[in-house]
Amino acid sequence: MTTQEAAVLGRAEEAPAPRRRPRSGRGGAGSWVVGAYSLLALGIMMIPIVYTIVFSFNDARRTNIVWRGFTLDNWLGICDDPRVCESFGNSIIVGVTATIAATILGTMIAIAIVRYTFRMRTLVTVLLFLPMATPEVVLGSGLGSQFVNMGVERGLWTIIVAHIMFCISFVVVTVRARVASLDPSLEEAGRDLYASPGQVFWRVTLPLLMPGILAAALLCFALSFDDFIITNFVSGNAETFPKFVYVAASRGIPPQSNVIASAVFFLAIILVVVAQLSAGVRRRRLAKAG
Amino acid sequence: MAGSFDESGADLELVGVTKRFPGFTAIENLNLTIPAGSFFALLGPSGCGKTTTLRLVAGLEAPTAGRILIGGKEVTATKPHQRPVNTVFQSYALFPHMTVLANVEFGLKRRGIANALALAHEALRLVELDHVASRRPSQLSGGQQQRVALARAVVNRPALLLLDEPLGALDLKLRRQMQLELKSIQGEVGLTFLHVTHDQEEAMTMADTVAVMNKGRIEQMGAPEELYELPRTTFVANFLGQSNLFTGEVVESGSDAVTVDIAGLGIKVPRERAQRHAGEVTIGVRPEKLTLHTRKPDTAAGVNILGPGVIIDASFTGVSTQYLVQVPGLPVITVFAQNMAFGPVAEQGAEVWVSWRVEHGFGLADEPEPEARFAADDDTRTIAVQRRQRLEDELDEA
Repeated sequence: MTTQEAAVLGRAEEAPAPRRRPRSGRGGAGSWVVGAYSLLALGIMMIPIVYTIVFSFNDARRTNIVWRGFTLDNWLGICDDPRVCESFGNSIIVGVTATIAATILGTMIAIAIVRYTFRMRTLVTVLLFLPMATPEVVLGSGLGSQFVNMGVERGLWTIIVAHIMFCISFVVVTVRARVASLDPSLEEAGRDLYASPGQVFWRVTLPLLMPGILAAALLCFALSFDDFIITNFVSGNAETFPKFVYVAASRGIPPQSNVIASAVFFLAIILVVVAQLSAGVRRRRLAKAG
Repeated sequence: MAGSFDESGADLELVGVTKRFPGFTAIENLNLTIPAGSFFALLGPSGCGKTTTLRLVAGLEAPTAGRILIGGKEVTATKPHQRPVNTVFQSYALFPHMTVLANVEFGLKRRGIANALALAHEALRLVELDHVASRRPSQLSGGQQQRVALARAVVNRPALLLLDEPLGALDLKLRRQMQLELKSIQGEVGLTFLHVTHDQEEAMTMADTVAVMNKGRIEQMGAPEELYELPRTTFVANFLGQSNLFTGEVVESGSDAVTVDIAGLGIKVPRERAQRHAGEVTIGVRPEKLTLHTRKPDTAAGVNILGPGVIIDASFTGVSTQYLVQVPGLPVITVFAQNMAFGPVAEQGAEVWVSWRVEHGFGLADEPEPEARFAADDDTRTIAVQRRQRLEDELDEA
């Protein structure tokens, strides 16, 4: 899943704005140029993806560069090359753990920043944006050397810690917008209707923030799953999927990694389509009922 | 309180309540008692402190000084969810992620009331919305949402129901309908209603007692007719309906009437209807109490006459005609004349006199203008947003 897809999913979660229908261009040289340009741009973007998908069906020998014929073996035997599955599993472990931790922490920070005044709030806000602004190479090398200096053995846990760190910024930014747009009288209504502060949070505040939190979590998972640079510095011997692919690229990438890449791509597309469809259905139901 | 309802409405008592926000005072030493079972309206313009009063009673704000008692029990320090009070918010504040039914059940479930579901349906039937119980609030019209908000509050049988301009967002027809509905619900369930509004007509038609609030203080309190017929201050005279006000020296203070020199004419006001009986005073009369004459009327006891003047504007409104009369040396006088015959009684530019019976006049207690200025607070939502804004400003500053 890519960052853009996560962003699309996040938007689909929130109430989607009614899409404006583009003016139907009838004739004219302009529309031809735009059409051709769009096709070209789409084509360039799609070529690597199509290549990856097609070659996941290649009957590869040592390398997966030349087309040798169609086979389903790669899809049926994903774990034939154990390193593919192991690194993929690691990526999932890292992604899920980092997402859960960063989403919980980031949501709490976002609520605190919007709702409460506390000492050094401004400093905290600035610090939160730093990881987004700092080049990953700097962040990764800095973290890596810190781990070495402190004598921390690098592995899955150091990857998770690093991913939580850069994910928190994105979670805070996403959730904070949602907190800020929350009508404060809704929480007041909760308090007025005999709900204790805890009940107001769990039954009113959190459900209303949920779309933002989900979008943040998806974004975080996508960032974590994609990340190579920081991971490379802090991973030690542990291998994540992007790191495995990078290392394998010099010796010949096993076709199973194409399978995994394709599967992730399809999964992301399906998620986006389902989200859009369900939003459409909800909208139509609303329109019919209203 | 948990698991049971209050038997009936309860008294509300505010003792010396003051609320200061950074930079302005919203309420200054407010004393107010609202008897159980009454429909009480706080009426005033934006920024008069009426909404702050409501929020203090609900517990959403804490008073700077003073005490709040509900049913004789002090609640000043208790949290909103511990008070036997429910609010119908101006923005309705229905939970968008819950169905209408879940919204109505919310308060009951938090208090652990046994048959919450049945009670919620009953409350929805009361506002004739049981058929939309499974819908989301966003699928309802404004009027329906308003009724759900009402049901959500009433279902808890609070000792005191607070209404924060809940009819403000509705169109005129729907508002009339809701006003009647509110009134009948109040009669049915016997709660104490505290209704905050800037709509004088709404306050007058619905409330048993109206308190006119201005700049954090109550100007005058009483039954709607009393407030209208005998306003005590200039603010009340102008805020509740229209008034013709004249200022002059008292020239004679008799045993049953006070005579005031208005443009050289002696205008009488009944002594018991005048707040002050000496010095410079402001007196007034309602426009519909005035009679228009095209010839100088004969002087008679018990009738005040002003004139001659000129009609500078006449607008026909169907039931009545509104005339604006300019008498030299006086502010423009407004006259509402019933259209008893066809067409207007007099044309624009005609020379006229106005007269009224002495007992219809009133004398005001002209109080010096308080110096303090107050910021506008329209509704609960604005205040909540303001609070948020202050926090955000602090964030930006630092």
